[in-house]
Amino acid sequence: MNEFIEPFERMIETIATPALVRAVEHGMDAASLWDVVAASGFLDALVPEDRGGAGLSPAQVHPLWLALGRHAVPLPIGETMIARYLLAMAGADLPDGPIFLAEARTGAECVISGGLLARHALVEADGALHLVETASMAPAPTGVNGSLAARVSWSGPTRAAIGAAPAGGLRSLGAILNAARIAGAAARLTGMATAYANERIQFGKPIGRQQALQQTLAVMAEDMVAARIASQLGCAGGLPPSPAAAATAKSVASAAAARITATAHAVFGAIGISEEHDLQLFTRRLHEWRLADGAETFWNRRLGALRLAVEMGSVDFVRAWQDAGQDSSL
Amino acid sequence: MTLAALPAADEAIRPAIRALIERAIAGTPADIRARSWLGFDAAFSRELGAAGFLGLTLPKRYGGGERGAFARFIVVEELLSAGAPVAAHWITERQTAPLILNFGTEAQRNRYLPGICRGELIFCIGMSEPGSGSDLASVRTRAERTGSGWRVNGQKIWTTNAQHSDHMIALLRTSGSAEDRHAGLSQMIIDLKAPGVTVRPIVDLTGGAHFCEVFFEDVELPADALIGREGEGWKQVTAELAFERSGPERIYSSVVLLDAWIRHLQASGRADPATAALVGDFTARMGVLRAMSIACTAQLAAGESPAVEAALVKDLGTSLEQQLPIAIGDDLAAHPDEPVDAELYRTLMYVTHIAPSFSLRGGTREILRGIIARGMGLR
Repeated sequence: MNEFIEPFERMIETIATPALVRAVEHGMDAASLWDVVAASGFLDALVPEDRGGAGLSPAQVHPLWLALGRHAVPLPIGETMIARYLLAMAGADLPDGPIFLAEARTGAECVISGGLLARHALVEADGALHLVETASMAPAPTGVNGSLAARVSWSGPTRAAIGAAPAGGLRSLGAILNAARIAGAAARLTGMATAYANERIQFGKPIGRQQALQQTLAVMAEDMVAARIASQLGCAGGLPPSPAAAATAKSVASAAAARITATAHAVFGAIGISEEHDLQLFTRRLHEWRLADGAETFWNRRLGALRLAVEMGSVDFVRAWQDAGQDSSL
Repeated sequence: MTLAALPAADEAIRPAIRALIERAIAGTPADIRARSWLGFDAAFSRELGAAGFLGLTLPKRYGGGERGAFARFIVVEELLSAGAPVAAHWITERQTAPLILNFGTEAQRNRYLPGICRGELIFCIGMSEPGSGSDLASVRTRAERTGSGWRVNGQKIWTTNAQHSDHMIALLRTSGSAEDRHAGLSQMIIDLKAPGVTVRPIVDLTGGAHFCEVFFEDVELPADALIGREGEGWKQVTAELAFERSGPERIYSSVVLLDAWIRHLQASGRADPATAALVGDFTARMGVLRAMSIACTAQLAAGESPAVEAALVKDLGTSLEQQLPIAIGDDLAAHPDEPVDAELYRTLMYVTHIAPSFSLRGGTREILRGIIARGMGLR
């Protein structure tokens, strides 16, 4: 644990209470909340020190991203951290306000997590990065209840690109962010489900005393820990992450997200389906983060293609990207 | 549990152990290498001992390498990923050595540990009985005090490699009855050549015979057969099982098959998105399991006993190990026009048939999940 997590989490607790998360989801202007985040300096956590940032590594930022998931934070804080890092590295000006990330094809619509709240978008198109005002992409609600994701479209660049896209694309960066948020929310859900299982009495005893439920919750804990370690692996190298690191992180976290939400709802029963219960603040986000930047099959295909292209044993392949001093091309 | 890196000083051990393994397994087909845990080769284990690759966590004064848990992880990772025949030292080096080091007398340490580090002394673990499988606390095999030591009567079953072993570490009842559960259990070192001991191998569904029935009929043991304290057997066994559950052995049991299948895909030139996704799924999960296993190793290295974490890694790890042969079988059968060579087919079917044992040995899936649930405060 590093010294940044405590002040960060204190700040998150003030701007992302369940009541505020609901208010933002119902259309409250989030500008005043964003001002708190901007004033904290955390948005420049990844920006190098010589460019005015804190110069933290992804591994140091990982606990902050976990906290975003643990508190169901609706603002695109992680995306903005990544965007400001990329803009700073490209020597571009850093705009105020939230920024979302999008890999876009000209003329095609896509859904962007947190897109309704962002003032700017950092768009990757044809291998180049473009910073545009969100309004130019005609952001529209998806029509999904409570969702702050936006449906956007890209009609091609109107100005020169600010630089080349990072290796592996913006999706690789979004993948390690979303893997970490999944892991954070998974930890919260595992804690909530376990506490509830110890409180809820049926058949004269807490439902957590039933072996069937104990076994299910044990599997939930396994998925939760696997997602956390996977997301740590994603953040263990530099930026951008290696293709295998991003793929491993997002594949394992996304697959776990689906099972963890299912188990959480199964434990809570009908009350967990209700709007007034906080459970849905986390489970809806887990599903959104699972799909964002590619779910398990997208990343499994990429990782599998990498694996099939090299003649080595599976353990050596894993060592090659996991262990220090090994092949960084994987 | 958090991400940990293998120290460079320990990593330096890898080329030497890899070279030794490559010499030993050259030309061994995949279906034989897939037996790894069950592949018995006493000469190979002695060679490992002579080269200093056994007892890496033990102090030098007992013949150990005094290198610690990370160095041992690397040696074990190399042995398992290659499918080396490790059965002749496996259980002894992993469980018995730390047990004797932690709970044995100085005389017992001096008597047994150097031979274990040389790969010469083979122990088996006598826990299960016909009426005591997962419910280990119900053991009935009894050791009664005599004027000079102990007299043992009863039976163990599913004892791996008893037919090849010099000694058994047996969990025995030294007082009370099966109803007393955890109280009254002790661990004893039994010389399997002692009069009254009968070892009978049990043939398994793969045609091999790696586990045994062991009968004790008025077997006389000296007083110093007791290891640790009388009546503390349950506590000692629990500590021992944490060693059994936390290593990389719980994620790599099917890796020889996985590698053989991937070589088949490469030779067939099959890399369509569905195939790649299956390969990627296995690769991603194995990568995370390896990181989790190293995280457990870091806890062992720090002197902790990560019982809950080890249970968690073992359950996830054996799930992958068991899904591999099922999914690979489905994949190969989905491509009937793609020839599968005889070695890959035998490897697939061997691992398919033996895989159910992966989540039995060292504690069943249900027992492990119970341990995790207790760690979560649910029991």
